[in-house]
Amino acid sequence: MIMLTDKSCTRVLYVDLSRKTYWVKERPDLFEKYLGGTGVAVKLLREEMKPSADPLGPGNVVVFAVGAFTAAYPTASKTVAMFKSPLTGNLGESHAGGRSAVAIKMAGFGAIVIKGESDIPVYLSIHDGKVFFRDASALWGVRSTYTVGRVLRERESWPGLRAIMRIGRAGERLIKYAGVVTETYRHFGRLGLGAVWGSKKLKALVVGGRRAIPVADPRKYREVYDKIYDKVVKSDSMKKYHDLGTPVNIIPLNKIGALPTRNLTSARFEGAENISGEAIAETMLARRVACSHCPVACIHIAAIREEYPHEKYFYTTKYVSYDYEPLYSLGTMLGISDKEGVLRLIEEVEVEGLDAMSTGVALAWATEAFQRGIITEKETIVKPSWGDWRTYIQMVKYIVEQPNEFYRKLGEGTEEAAKTYGGVEFAMTFGKNEMPGYHAGPATHLGYVIGARHSHLDNAGYSYDQKLIGKEYPPPEKVIDDLMKEEAWRQILSSLVVCFFARKVYTPELVAEGLEALGIKIDVEGLKKLGWEIYAEKYRLKLDMGFDLEKDLKLPKRIFETPSPHGKISEEFMQKALDHFRKRIKELIGK
Amino acid sequence: MITLSAQTVKAEVKPKRLVVVNPDLCVGCMSCMFACARRFPNGGLAKAAIHVRSVGGFERGFTVIVCRACPNPPCAKVCPTGALTPRKGGGVTLNPSKCIGCGMCREACPFGAIQWDTELNKPVICVHCGYCVNYCPHGVLSLEEVRW
Repeated sequence: MIMLTDKSCTRVLYVDLSRKTYWVKERPDLFEKYLGGTGVAVKLLREEMKPSADPLGPGNVVVFAVGAFTAAYPTASKTVAMFKSPLTGNLGESHAGGRSAVAIKMAGFGAIVIKGESDIPVYLSIHDGKVFFRDASALWGVRSTYTVGRVLRERESWPGLRAIMRIGRAGERLIKYAGVVTETYRHFGRLGLGAVWGSKKLKALVVGGRRAIPVADPRKYREVYDKIYDKVVKSDSMKKYHDLGTPVNIIPLNKIGALPTRNLTSARFEGAENISGEAIAETMLARRVACSHCPVACIHIAAIREEYPHEKYFYTTKYVSYDYEPLYSLGTMLGISDKEGVLRLIEEVEVEGLDAMSTGVALAWATEAFQRGIITEKETIVKPSWGDWRTYIQMVKYIVEQPNEFYRKLGEGTEEAAKTYGGVEFAMTFGKNEMPGYHAGPATHLGYVIGARHSHLDNAGYSYDQKLIGKEYPPPEKVIDDLMKEEAWRQILSSLVVCFFARKVYTPELVAEGLEALGIKIDVEGLKKLGWEIYAEKYRLKLDMGFDLEKDLKLPKRIFETPSPHGKISEEFMQKALDHFRKRIKELIGK
Repeated sequence: MITLSAQTVKAEVKPKRLVVVNPDLCVGCMSCMFACARRFPNGGLAKAAIHVRSVGGFERGFTVIVCRACPNPPCAKVCPTGALTPRKGGGVTLNPSKCIGCGMCREACPFGAIQWDTELNKPVICVHCGYCVNYCPHGVLSLEEVRW
C-alpha cells in the first residue's frame, strides 16, 4: 500500500488559458499509485486531452509533473512535460532540469495541467497558491530567449527558488521543433513543446515557493539521503558527468566509429578532437552550474571572448552552455570542427528557442540534399556546406523567419521537408523525430524507434551496443526483450523523477528504501511491475493517438549503409527485432 | 582566553561561525539549503537558513546568503519582543514562542540573510552548526572559529 506522508504533493493545478482561470484538485489516487512524473502525467493527459486533438489547437494539453523524490533526494532534479507533439503528431514527452522540478514542488504542486489557448499573449506567474495571468504582448517577438529571462527575473518573486520557463521566436512562430527554455541553459527541447506554447499564446511560466516536505521516518530519511548523496559525489558511477560532462563521449564514440558525422555519411569525424569535451574545457570552459538539488553540476558553460564590431580594445564575453547532443547535432553532423564556430551556432539556437538536436539534423539533411542537387539556392537562399558554421547560423535564422516555402517546410521537421523535396532515405528521423547522436549498432536504432518518445534515453540501446563491442551479438528477440525491460524500469525513474544520469545510483533497492522513508511502502517487485504498467499506459495512449505499429516503426535507409562498431547493420535482423517488438507490445497492452 | 558565560556547557569549546569562503565557487546545487532544512527533519526548503541564488541568471554565477554572525547584530536590536537575542560568538538565537512574526529583523539585516518560514510566519535563523558544510562539494562553505 502506498501512502504519501506529504499530502500537498498530490495537488494538481489546472490552468485554463481560454477562460483565464485555474483550480486545484488533490489527486492522491494518481500520486499514490504512480509516484508522480511520467506515471502521473500520462494519466492526466489521458483524462484531459482527446487523443485526436490538433497539436497546435486549443484541445492540446500540456502536463508538467514532478515526483515523490523531488525536493527530497539529490539528483531528483527533472520535470516531465507531456503533450501532443506537433512534430510527430503523437505523444510528446520531454524532460528538463534547471530549477523547474524543485520550484514546482516548492510552489505546492505535484503537477500543472495547462489547457485551452489565450486570445492575447500571456505569461503565468505561479506562487503562493495562486496563478497570476500577466499580459505578455510586449514580450512577444523579443529576439532572444535570454532577454525574456532577464526581464522576468526582475519582475517576478522568489529569486533562487523559482523556474523561469519561456519560449523564443521559434515557439511563437510554431516551428514544430521549438523548445521551452528554462534557466537559460536547460530545455524541454524535444518534440515541439515550444510550438505548443506558441499556439496557446503562452510566452512564459514563472513558478516558485518554499515549503517543507514531511517525511515518515526522519532517521531513516537522513540515512538514505546520505547513502544517495555519497554515491552521487564520491562513487565512479557519475564521474563522467562530474568532470568533462556529457561531451566526454565525443572522443570514445569517434574511436569506435559511432559518432554520426555529416548526416551519418560517416560515423567517424576527423575534427572530433577539436570539438571534444577535453578541447573545450581546456581553453573555454568558464563555469559549472547545477540543477536544483544536484551536486554534480554537469552544466558546462563556455566563454567566448568577443571584440566589439566597430571599436578596438572593447570586449564582451558570451556564455554558451554545451553538451554532447548539441555538439553532435550542430557540430559533427554538420562537419564543424571549429569549437568557437559550433558554440556560436549553439548560441543562435538558444536565442531562437529551437531544439538543438532537431535543428542540427534538419540542417544536415538540407546540406546533403543541396549537394545532391535535390534543392538549390532558390530554396536555401544561402549555400550550405559542411563545416561552414556562419552559413548555418543564417539558416537557423531563416528557419525561424521563414522567408520562403522551403524554410516553412523545414520548420515542420526533417521528414516533412524530405517528403516534399525528396531524400527521405537520408532524412535521419525515427517516428518523425530527428535522431540522437549515436550510431553504435542495431540496439541503438531499435531503441530510438521503439522508444515511447524516440529518444536515446528511453531505453539506452546506445549504451547496450557499446557494452557489446568485441562480444557475440545477441539474437534480435533478446535485444528487444532487454531494451523493453530497461524502458520499463526507466518509467519508475522518470516518475520519481530522478535524472537518468543518476540511474546507476538509484538501484531498485535504493529506490524502495528511499520511498519507505517518505512513507511509501512498495517493494522491488512492486516497483518493477509498476514500471511495466506505466510503460503499457504510455503505449496505449500512443496507439490511441494514431501510432501505427505496422507503418510507423520505420528505419531510415542510411543506418544500413554506414558501418557501425558492429559492422553493417542487417535489415533482416532489424525486421525480426521489430516483429518481436510488435508481438511483445501487443501482449503488454493486452490487445 | 575568552571569559566563559554561565550558559556555556563545554568550557573549552570556542564558538564557531559559518563562513562563505568563496561564493564564486558555488555551482548553485542548493545542497546546503536542503541540508539545513533536513535538520528539522524535513525534505523541502521551508526551514533553510541559508539561501543561494543567481546574480542575474545562471550565466552570471551565484551568491550565497547566510548569517555572518555579527558581533553586534542589528536584527536583535530591532526585535520588538526580545525573541532574538545576541548569541555568544556573534549572530542571534531565536525564541520562537516570543516571536510574533513582524519581520522587522528581516528588514534590518543588510545582507538579507534572514530567511522566512512562510508556513509558520517566523524567521529562520542560522545557528552556525555547520551541518550544511558537509554537503557542499565545492568548498564554498566552512565552519571556523570566531576571531572577532
